[in-house]
Amino acid sequence: MKTRDALQEIIPFVESNPAICATGHISREVQDIQDRKENFYVIGSMGMCSSIGLGVALVRPDRKVFVLDGDGSVLMNMGNLAVVGALAPKNFIHIVLDNEAYASTGNQKSLSSAVALAEVARANGYKTVYKSGSKENLKEVMKKVTQTDGPSFLLIKVGPDTDKPAPRVKAEPDFITQQFMEALNVHTSVHTA
Amino acid sequence: MSKNWTEDLRQNARTFTTNLKKRGYSFFTGVPCSLLGALIDHLENSPEFRYVANVREDAALGLASGAYLAGQKSCVLMQNSGFGYSMNVLTSLNMIYKIPILVVISYRGYLGNDAPEHIIMGDKIEKLLADLEIPTFIPTPDNLEKQIELADAVIEKEKVPVVMLIKEKIFG
Repeated sequence: MKTRDALQEIIPFVESNPAICATGHISREVQDIQDRKENFYVIGSMGMCSSIGLGVALVRPDRKVFVLDGDGSVLMNMGNLAVVGALAPKNFIHIVLDNEAYASTGNQKSLSSAVALAEVARANGYKTVYKSGSKENLKEVMKKVTQTDGPSFLLIKVGPDTDKPAPRVKAEPDFITQQFMEALNVHTSVHTA
Repeated sequence: MSKNWTEDLRQNARTFTTNLKKRGYSFFTGVPCSLLGALIDHLENSPEFRYVANVREDAALGLASGAYLAGQKSCVLMQNSGFGYSMNVLTSLNMIYKIPILVVISYRGYLGNDAPEHIIMGDKIEKLLADLEIPTFIPTPDNLEKQIELADAVIEKEKVPVVMLIKEKIFG
């Protein structure tokens, strides 16, 4: 199973909920599989997708918030696992697609093969932690993840990204912001004063 | 355990937060600095505000950005040492995605009068902010209300992150 195969299994379970997508191939593949206003593609600021997702989850407890993260990205912002664990929002679902590499810069090795990321999440206070490594099993796990209170962490081991990657994120960053906020019914023009 | 901040500092924290509240800010996150002590103390003890203790300044910006995307105007607090960590998030998230956050940064090392680790950033931070074209305000205790009004006007109009540099003796 490759990153794209895993995302194809995951995306139907996201339904109409917001999904914050990691820098690099993950954002590109998600855009290519199913571009939606509720997808927030993080093209820069590597690692920040989980912090952004946490912010959305805290302000909007009525929505399940999905973070589609990568191993390099979660390693870069590992401190945020502590913030998630401490605040423990029930609606926060953190999925890590772990190909043990920095795929978009040329498949250089990451350190994730040596780090027990799921155990790290558990130790930081994530309520439910799952692992998956096959398509067949992923559907079952996703059912559980979306039916249980979080914060949840799902680590999915995937094979190396050797296929041609999906195209770059097409939308301008400020347009992504505007679309995402519209999808969440946020009216930016309204003064809150 | 909070320190006994003087009444002057407490009053400044009340003025600051009351005016932010009026303009819709109730979500705060950051990493502490002694110069922001009375402000953080006030936020942590006021039920109308949410203050999330964060692990690093860039993660605080990410969190505040998510809160903004979900409809909550947000503010990040940090020491200027954390500005270095924040620069990538400011330039490759907040500035290009037009996610405006009010970033309150303590001005350690101002005029070279501080511990060695603060001297270089204290000397350079205004130049770095100017180079990045990040609108910057440097309030005094007498004009906190007016400076918040001006900073928030930029946030509302331009949708860019705005910095407030906080010198000694305002909040700590």
